[in-house]
Amino acid sequence: MTTTSPIKAPELGRPSTPHRAARRPSRFRPGAGKQLQGGPFAYIALTVVGIGSLLPLYWTLVAASHTQDEVLATTPPFLPGGRLLHNLDVAWNQAHLGKAIVNSVVVSSCITAATLFFCTLAGYAFAKMRFTGRGALMTGVIATLTIPPQLSVVPLFMMMSDIGWGGKLEAVIFPTLVSAFGVFFMRQYLIEALPYELIEAAKIDGANNFRIVRSVVLPVARPAMMVLGMLTFVQAWNDFFWPYLALNQQNPTLQVALGQLSASYTPDQSIVMAGALISTLPLLVVFVIFGKQIVGGIMSGAVKG
Amino acid sequence: MATSTPARDAYAPPPGGSRQTTARSRRQTWRSRLWRFDDKASPYAYIAPFFLVFGAFGLYPLLYTGWIALHRVEMTGLNQMEWVGWGNFDKILHDSEFWTALGNTFLIGVMSTVPQLLVALGLAHLLNYRLRASTFWRTVILTPYATSVASAALVFALVFRADGGLLNWVLHFVGLGDTNWVNGHWTSKIAISVIVIWRWTGYNTLIYLAAMQAVPTDLYEAASLDGASRWQQFRKVTIPSLRPTILFTIVISTIGSMQLFGEPLLLEGGTLGATGGNENQYETLSVYLYNYGWNLGHLGPAAAVAWAMLALLLIIAAVNWLIGRFVRTSAV
Repeated sequence: MTTTSPIKAPELGRPSTPHRAARRPSRFRPGAGKQLQGGPFAYIALTVVGIGSLLPLYWTLVAASHTQDEVLATTPPFLPGGRLLHNLDVAWNQAHLGKAIVNSVVVSSCITAATLFFCTLAGYAFAKMRFTGRGALMTGVIATLTIPPQLSVVPLFMMMSDIGWGGKLEAVIFPTLVSAFGVFFMRQYLIEALPYELIEAAKIDGANNFRIVRSVVLPVARPAMMVLGMLTFVQAWNDFFWPYLALNQQNPTLQVALGQLSASYTPDQSIVMAGALISTLPLLVVFVIFGKQIVGGIMSGAVKG
Repeated sequence: MATSTPARDAYAPPPGGSRQTTARSRRQTWRSRLWRFDDKASPYAYIAPFFLVFGAFGLYPLLYTGWIALHRVEMTGLNQMEWVGWGNFDKILHDSEFWTALGNTFLIGVMSTVPQLLVALGLAHLLNYRLRASTFWRTVILTPYATSVASAALVFALVFRADGGLLNWVLHFVGLGDTNWVNGHWTSKIAISVIVIWRWTGYNTLIYLAAMQAVPTDLYEAASLDGASRWQQFRKVTIPSLRPTILFTIVISTIGSMQLFGEPLLLEGGTLGATGGNENQYETLSVYLYNYGWNLGHLGPAAAVAWAMLALLLIIAAVNWLIGRFVRTSAV
């Protein structure tokens, strides 16, 4: 991204010269002018942390490709072995993982689609429309961020079994159709990105509100929707607490199946790791492809969802 | 985009009474009324889904929890509710396991949040340097965020195993003895904290980094003109500018650590997970709630635990508010 000329590189002590600040308009890279060149220490530290971040994932792969005895031997293996396919196969059949994957895809896609739709609408209303109680309602939305799901799971479980959703995917999907984080995220984005002039122009052209949403708001919101979509998908895919309580062995999501696999009497660790690999791999692929956008999204959202 | 409503119609002179034009102007008012209704109602229609879903699956159950907490409800017969008054609260408040879980939640919360945020702050500072492949580094440290609680807990369960665990092998290698991580009171809490720290440090780092990049350049220029060293600049410029962000991450991490569930549940798996170890040494409040409600099948006490958590949350909120006030006044 930044073109670093080697001649200017060793510039320590003085954080910024006016010259450099002028070359990099801070409008595009906030704070860029003060950026110091990272020394070897920065790279060494980042490498250590990077290895720490990736090592458990690598260890998952190694453990998933050996027998349990090899994994738990006095000297554990360090390179992937040849049992990966066999272990995946066992995990697939033993823990209903095939069904679990389908369920996870269905749940995460439904939640993501609904969240995108509803949160963009609500975010637009909070960002650009005037209505009575806007401030108070937005405060209410943000306040819901602080309520842990633990506080409502007991009645939620009873409600779900009452309306016949006990153990069904609906029980997991419906409570998560919208997210306070999503509303907040879209609102923050649209406040900046959507000029009032555009809305006014559409109004003068005679567009009604929903038409404005369709032909003005949605195109502007698309980049933020991409990011929110990925964040929501990751979260829905990885959700554990409520699905673990709401779903059962016959109809689990991947995370639930994984939890049940390890809760069985004598779990074979290499099979469990194979399951963990299956549940992590799709997201890692997404991460490798869209990593940059996700990073940017978290940095612009700056709110834990 | 241009659906027709020719503007001149709206300003047309009053019609001379011909039937055709009256009908037209009536249509006109009906239409403008529709427009006004659209304008008034649309915002509420757009935000309604959020409040409907939250009301049905968040707020209503939250309040209903209080009602259930006063009843005897068993997993085996969800429709039979028997009034027991304060009995459930009495039960959990006199259960030493509840207090153990409360203490564990607090300790693990502190042990995971404090190092996590400190490391994140340092990492964000490093990432704020001009680096080669800066996007690569950011993505790498965020990777654990893409793993689920379940996979993370299970991998670390292998790492922390007493025999055949990776960590003990390393310790052995450097000449240290075996540690039974999961059975120890402190070591098991360390193990869980490590899982939390591993998953969330990258996330918090990026939040800090975003805040750091928004610090105005002039502040650093002024500081360096005054002869401030880099460490002084970090302490006197960066940290104060980040105060609201730091407070925010503390709040969020505290709420997050109150909810710890998957990590302790899966650290050993099996029946030990549901009780947080053979001596409940790593049982958290969420696991306690799960154990009462879903393992033992008594939903009444489980609801009482939920209300205890709500009380705790309110205390945390109050403390945070006080700290926030203190920070604001001392910052001046």
